[in-house]
Amino acid sequence: MLRVSLREISAALKEGRVSPTELCQRCLSFIKATKFLNAYITVAEETALKQAEESEERYRRGQILGDLDGIPVAVKDNFSTAGIETTCASNMLKGYIPPYNATVVKKLLDQGAVLLGKTNLDEFAMGSGSTDGIFGPVRNPWSYSRQYREKSVHNSHTENEDSNWLVTGGSSGGSAAAVSSFTCFAALGSDTGGSTRNPAAHCGVVGLKPTYGLISRHGLIPLVNSMDVPGILTRCVDDAAIVLGVLAGHDPKDSTTVQDPFKPFELTNFIDASKLCIGIPKEYHAPGLSSETLALWSKAADLFENAGAKVIEVSLPHTRYSIICYHVLCTAEVASNMARFDGLEYGHRSSMDKSTEVMYAATRREGFNDVVRGRILSGNYFLLKQNYETYFIKAQKVRRLIANDFVNVFRSGIDVLLTPTTLSDTIPYVEFIKEDNRTRSVQDDIFTQAANMAGLPAITVPTALSEKGLPIGLQFIGRAFQEQQLLTVAKWFEKQVKFPMIQLQGLMDYSHTVCQHQKSAFFS
Amino acid sequence: MRKCRGGRMWILRFGRYLRGAPSGGASYWGGLFPGRRFTQAASGGSDGRQEAAGDPRRRGRVYQNPTWQHVEQRPLPEKKVTVEVLDHLERLALVDFRNWEGVQRLEKAIQFADQLHAVNTEGVEPMDSVLEDRCLYLREDNITEGNCTEELLQNARETVEEYFVAPPGNIPLPKLEERDTFLQVSE
Repeated sequence: MLRVSLREISAALKEGRVSPTELCQRCLSFIKATKFLNAYITVAEETALKQAEESEERYRRGQILGDLDGIPVAVKDNFSTAGIETTCASNMLKGYIPPYNATVVKKLLDQGAVLLGKTNLDEFAMGSGSTDGIFGPVRNPWSYSRQYREKSVHNSHTENEDSNWLVTGGSSGGSAAAVSSFTCFAALGSDTGGSTRNPAAHCGVVGLKPTYGLISRHGLIPLVNSMDVPGILTRCVDDAAIVLGVLAGHDPKDSTTVQDPFKPFELTNFIDASKLCIGIPKEYHAPGLSSETLALWSKAADLFENAGAKVIEVSLPHTRYSIICYHVLCTAEVASNMARFDGLEYGHRSSMDKSTEVMYAATRREGFNDVVRGRILSGNYFLLKQNYETYFIKAQKVRRLIANDFVNVFRSGIDVLLTPTTLSDTIPYVEFIKEDNRTRSVQDDIFTQAANMAGLPAITVPTALSEKGLPIGLQFIGRAFQEQQLLTVAKWFEKQVKFPMIQLQGLMDYSHTVCQHQKSAFFS
Repeated sequence: MRKCRGGRMWILRFGRYLRGAPSGGASYWGGLFPGRRFTQAASGGSDGRQEAAGDPRRRGRVYQNPTWQHVEQRPLPEKKVTVEVLDHLERLALVDFRNWEGVQRLEKAIQFADQLHAVNTEGVEPMDSVLEDRCLYLREDNITEGNCTEELLQNARETVEEYFVAPPGNIPLPKLEERDTFLQVSE
């Protein structure tokens, strides 16, 4: 029952085939069973059950709030949730309980959604593996899937079964793992450089990054103010459209949301592919792209062409510089945004109190991990008076060039761009940690962050399984505020590729094995 | 080739398209992007259409080989990141490098960012935000919410009545020689 889509479970709730409390309880027990995935930091059991009961009451009276009423969802732990600890997987905010709800969380709750808990991430959403938070790394559910295990049967040593698990990608890895392992029907992530789409591709779920300015960022603990957007992770494109319909729209509390009215839409099942023009940016064949992903990308292009669409090669000449530009702008904005953590009003506070400056320095030393500190220091370097022009302003100029590349391509009649999402399928944790956070980010964000630079909507759709039995996703980038067109194309594509469902039968057996041994070992 | 229409050919003549682009013309963005600044930078656009038919490197529309390579990063000139700069950064950021790894991280970051200088940005305006062409919403200067003193004070560790308590201020961080920092050791 947990494997169905949001739309299907919503119909089941409306028809009374299942009750919200039953659904909530099932999800909660499944979360307990999949605890070793480490997808959740906080499970808000009591409040979730209470919300489920209220929803059940509404269903009984026939006064439901909408399509999301009674649906269990999860939220990434950098969204503020009133009364529920919000940590950003950092010591700096451990124990911090926000006094308010983020706008997107409020919108979900107003629609009756049941908030199951807060999901794990990289510390302050900096990273591309969901491995650098203080609560430990998130494991990819596909590590335990039958599809992966069958393919790796020749390589696996049964006694090392537990050490070869795969990373989810990041930084919204917990949200992606939660959706992928059927513990919730939709999850919120944040996307600054690909943090929603990267784990979505690695976990075989749909990851949508809306246009910058469409969804409110009020309550999202900011990383890069000019590029952050809340992201949506679901199991199919239809579900993403439903959640988008709930979340999008102007928010007076976030002045970077546009004031244009947003009309929620329903996706049609049929598209006339002959009216479509798909662009294939040639620079997106970057060094390091795996042959499998390349083959899938080619197949997808052929798929559209055979359906009658115009498939054209286009050029985004500044693609190779976008990751460098992102690196400079991101660290600069991070240096500014992390300045608010001083221990005075909230969060961790050091006991050193000789002076304010000493206290601030000690608090920040104790609260931040290496990655965050590294980015703050790099950002401050780029913002120094002597470097401001050569680095920061230069990066802003390159940003305009990148954004203009996209403008030109879309102006020439392209509707949607088709690109890979990641260089390859996901890799084992022991491999992933061989390189440092910055190197991994540079490698993994290469296809995703240009859309953040330009503020364009993008969606990753799970396409096929690799030879190892792991998901590979392809990305569609659309025109600004044209989510309907983008999602329509994505939905059609999703129907064509028929991505297989993850087979997690082994998961329950595994969790029983885990119960017998010490569970605490996994959190070391 | 049968899908190719005359009207589509010009997107591949990238350079020519850029130079001829009007400003302020009707745009799909509805005013989102000004389109007023185009560079003369090398377009890199190719006559892919002509190549497609007989080009063995391609299958369909996707190039079968990477279209660019990573550039080998030049090592930093000596003395670019001096101890003075590191100390200055520690003071500004109020975070510490902690060890050599931290310093190396910074050096690698600078090395990486240096690649930006290869891009020709003459005549290009810096871009602060993708919403630069819109008039963003500013609400009226009226008090609409508040009275949440208790809630806000709850999150602070040290408070007295309705005040956040801070250690004595206006005392600068000790100088490098007197501070307990890894940089002092490294001198």
